[in-house]
Formats: sequence, C-alpha cells, structure tokens
Amino acid sequence: MNAHQSLALRQPIETLEAISPAATDADAMVRFDGISKTYPAYRGKPGVNALQNIDFVIPRGSITGVIGRSGAGKSSLVRLINGLEKPTTGRVIVDNSDISALAGRELRLAQRSIGMIFQHFNLLSSRTAADNIALPLEIAGWTKAEIKARVTELLALVGIADKHDRYPSELSGGQKQRVGIARALATRPSVLLSDEATSALDPQTTRAILDLLANINRELGVTIVLITHEMSVVRQLAKEVVVLDAGHVVESGHVADIFTHPRHPITQSFLAEVIGDSLPVSLASRIVPEPVEGGLAVIRVQVRGAGAGDTLVARLARELGLDVSLLSARIDEIGGQHVGSLTLGIPGGGGAATRTLAWLSQCQFSAERLGYVA
Amino acid sequence: MSPELINLIIQATGESLFMVGVAALLGTAFGLPIGVFLATSRKGELFAAPAVNGALGIIVNATRSTPFIILVVAIIPFTRLVAGTSIGSTAAIVPLTIASTPFIARLVEAAIREVDGGLIETASSFGASPIQIVFKVLIPEALPGLLLALTLAVVSLLGYSAMVGAVGGGGSRRSRHPLRLPALHARHDAGRRRRADRAGAARSERGRLSGAPGQPTAAQSLIHIC
Repeated sequence: MNAHQSLALRQPIETLEAISPAATDADAMVRFDGISKTYPAYRGKPGVNALQNIDFVIPRGSITGVIGRSGAGKSSLVRLINGLEKPTTGRVIVDNSDISALAGRELRLAQRSIGMIFQHFNLLSSRTAADNIALPLEIAGWTKAEIKARVTELLALVGIADKHDRYPSELSGGQKQRVGIARALATRPSVLLSDEATSALDPQTTRAILDLLANINRELGVTIVLITHEMSVVRQLAKEVVVLDAGHVVESGHVADIFTHPRHPITQSFLAEVIGDSLPVSLASRIVPEPVEGGLAVIRVQVRGAGAGDTLVARLARELGLDVSLLSARIDEIGGQHVGSLTLGIPGGGGAATRTLAWLSQCQFSAERLGYVA
Repeated sequence: MSPELINLIIQATGESLFMVGVAALLGTAFGLPIGVFLATSRKGELFAAPAVNGALGIIVNATRSTPFIILVVAIIPFTRLVAGTSIGSTAAIVPLTIASTPFIARLVEAAIREVDGGLIETASSFGASPIQIVFKVLIPEALPGLLLALTLAVVSLLGYSAMVGAVGGGGSRRSRHPLRLPALHARHDAGRRRRADRAGAARSERGRLSGAPGQPTAAQSLIHIC
C-alpha cells in the first residue's frame, strides 16, 4: 500500500519536473514545443515532412547555431520563429508569447521584435542604404525625425556611416550584409535570425560579419539564431548548437560538449570538416595491416577538451620510453575546447603499439591502431 | 503645305494626343491595380485568391485576344452609354481604354513578378502588411519595368488610335474621306433620327446589318479596312 502510494505520488512529480522548468523558464527566448511541419502534396509533388518532433529551447541572450545539411529543415525552423510559417503541430513560444497562434495585425506587431538577415541580403535596389534601413521603421509608423536619428545611429553601429546615400548596387557583399544587419536591428528586436547570412561572402568578410554579430550580441544583448551549413560559422560564433538532420534534432547543447563528444554521424561529419579525419595521402597509401620489420605502428589519438593534447607526446615518450614520431596532427578550438586528432608512429612492433594503446586508454584518450608503415 | 493642311495636322495631332493620353491614363488607373492583383493572387501569394485570379485571367486574355477593330464595333452600345456618342475623339477613348487596360495589366503583372520573392519575405519578416508590401516594396522595385510597360502601352495605343480613326475617331490618322461603315453609321444615323422616326430607323438598321442587296455588310467592310 505504501509503495503504491509513493509510486502514485512520484509519477506526477516527475512529470512536473520534466515540464515545469521549461514552462516557467524566463531564460528561454525561443521554445519549440512538439513542433512538426508538413508541406502538403502540391501539383504532383509528394508532401514533405520538413520537421518532426522538435523540442528545444534557445536561451535568452545566447548565440545559438542551427546546423544541418541542405534540406535538413533549417529554413523551415527559422521561419517558424518569426511566424512566416505556421507549424503543423505544436507551438513556438518567442519571448513568452505563442507566435504560432498569432495572425494578422497581432502577428505583424510581434514580428517587429524579431529581426532577420538573409543569405542574399534582400535589400531594395530602389532605396539607398539609409532608406533600406528606414523601411521597417516606416512600416512600424515611426516619424521622419525619429527614423533619421535611428538610421544614423544604426549605420554607425554596423560601421558604414559613410555609405548613407549609396545604393545596394554600389556596395560590396560585406557592406550589403551590414545594411541588412542594421535593417534587422532597426526596430530594436530581442531576437536576430540569421539565415545563412555569410554563405555568400568570402572567408575574410565572413569573419568580419561574424565579429560584428558577436559585438551586437554582447553590447545589445540580442539573442542570435544562426542558421548555417558551415561548421566554421558555428565554431567561431555560437555557444549553443542544435544539429538538424532530415527534420529531426539529432543533438543539441553547448558547442564544446557537442563537438568534443559527437554522437550522431552527421555531427561527426561536421566535426570532420573542421579537424579533418583523413590521413595524408602519402601516409595512407603506405599503411599495411601487419607489423613491418623496423617500421612504425600508426596510432590515431582523438584529442578532446581544454589543453588535452598539450603534453601527450612528451609524456608518452617519457613514460613508455618510446621514440614517438608525429605523423600528422590537427587540433582546433571549438567553444574554448581543443578538438582534433594526432597520428603517431610508434616504433618497436606490435607489442609496443599494444602497450601504447593501453596507456592511452588509461589516460582517458580514445585511440585506434590504423596499421603499420615501413 | 497649305495653311489649311497645317491647321488640320495641328488639330488632328491634338486629337490624337487627347485620345491616347486620356486612354493611357485611364488604362493605367484600371490596369495597374488589376496587374498588381494578378501578380499577387495565385495560391500561396500575398492576396491569395486563385479562383478570382483565374477568372480575371480569362477575362484579360479574352479582351486581349479580341482584334481591336472587332472590339471597337462590339462595344459600340457601351461606348454610347458612357460617352453619349459612338463617333469622335471622346467616344474613341472608351474602346482605347478597354483595350489598353488588360494590356497594361499583363505588363504590370510581368513587371511585378520580376521583383525578387525574397523581398516580399523580407518585408513580411519585419511585419509589413500586404498593402505596405505593395506600395513600399513591389511598386518601387518594379518601377523601371512599370515605366517600360507604360511606354509600350502608349505606343500600341497610338497604333490603335489609327484604327478608331477609321471608324470616325478623329486624330492624325483620320481619313479625309472616312470609310463608310454601314452598320456603324446606320446606328449613328439611327441615333440622330431616333426623335423623328424610331420605328423606321430600327427597320433600316436591321436591313443594313443583314446585308441588303447592293450594300456591303459590316463584316465585309471590316475586312476591307484591315
């Protein structure tokens, strides 16, 4: 009887615990609540399940990356946040209001607190930089004087105060995106959505734009949602990440956690883009499965975490008394954590290699024997 | 050139400009909103109304594919209703407007459709209403295309104005010896004679329309003109 009672009591409490932190969470800027999005069949094309069972939270003030391959549902996801699309099931809560339930005038008012920047900038070619930035303010019904002051302020914020009267055709890609950012920020939104905003820019300009976004996040406290297929964007800017694949969230959490311990193949493939998981061709072509007289055992060690690989080779050489060769190495930093791999050459045949692997696993390193080279 | 001829040219040019100018103005006034609507009312668009869009499209296509001279003749009763007469420059404005409206509407539609769909999405994303999108985004962005459309419309209106000249529209392309279109002028004459003898006029009109011996029918006369 007692046991039964306690069980009956415990269950609802557990359910509450699972739901209540998020339900009352003032720290959630955007919350996806059981979202699915299906596009119906149209003109002979079959229907598409773009998103399924999406549940996650974008923390207030964060920079959250949403990464996925083409067709993973990233664009649908971001369009649910600003109400350009309605979910088939579920709710999208933005700044404590259910944007998926709004329509007409109410929706338009809510959209003013959500800015968006685009891959192809989407500036009006008939308006100057200043007038493009003024557009959302005109739509929101600001007075001419207010608009003028705000536009000047915004141009300075994005660092193109001198481009006031330039038309988009006279601006470079980076400058156009700066105008786009200024326009998105014009109505002082609490969320800034970036839909592949740097995909059309060269690496140097991308870096400058990402720096600008980081500044905006820091100085204005705007929550930034980055939709991207580029690992470099997430790596440079995001603190939180959501990995999308085929309409499902396959992993989500802190960038450092996700990329130091990627579980899903798609996450691993994104990580491989940054750190590379293939051996140099000259090495890969010489690897054989059996030990070679006087050759080296090839061992790859995964490096994950702050400072993880710093002294590895030195310790290995000292503690096992081996002349370790460094065959190839790549270590990068994601979210303040070191992520990469070292490929080591261990002399002394199969026995030494086995001892090395045992030592590495004792020290919590993930390692594998790839073979042997002469 | 004789002073008489010069006067005639000046007067006729004035009439041409008047007809074409007013028709272009009215055609734009009607054609622009219709064109914008056609460009924004398909399934999933700003003012989505696929049924209305389809119906309007059929009307526009039907009007555009009717040869102008046939249109002029066919709408004579309507012309008389609107302008009070079916002869002269003012009357000519009616068929010119009716012919140029769908023409301008289709050109406007094409120009508006040229505007990058991303801009509509952008404007929606910062909370613009459909009307704001039309006036702040679509029309300004399509302006070069719209001006081109208007130029094209004026040019083809000039061509059309020559044809209304053939049926008594006046203007620089007016024939010094207007072709006598039995059917048209029968109606015209009938109008004049109505006060005197309604029954007689009607009889005479019927007789001429059906092609009384010795008189060319309306259709034969039209072929002659074209």
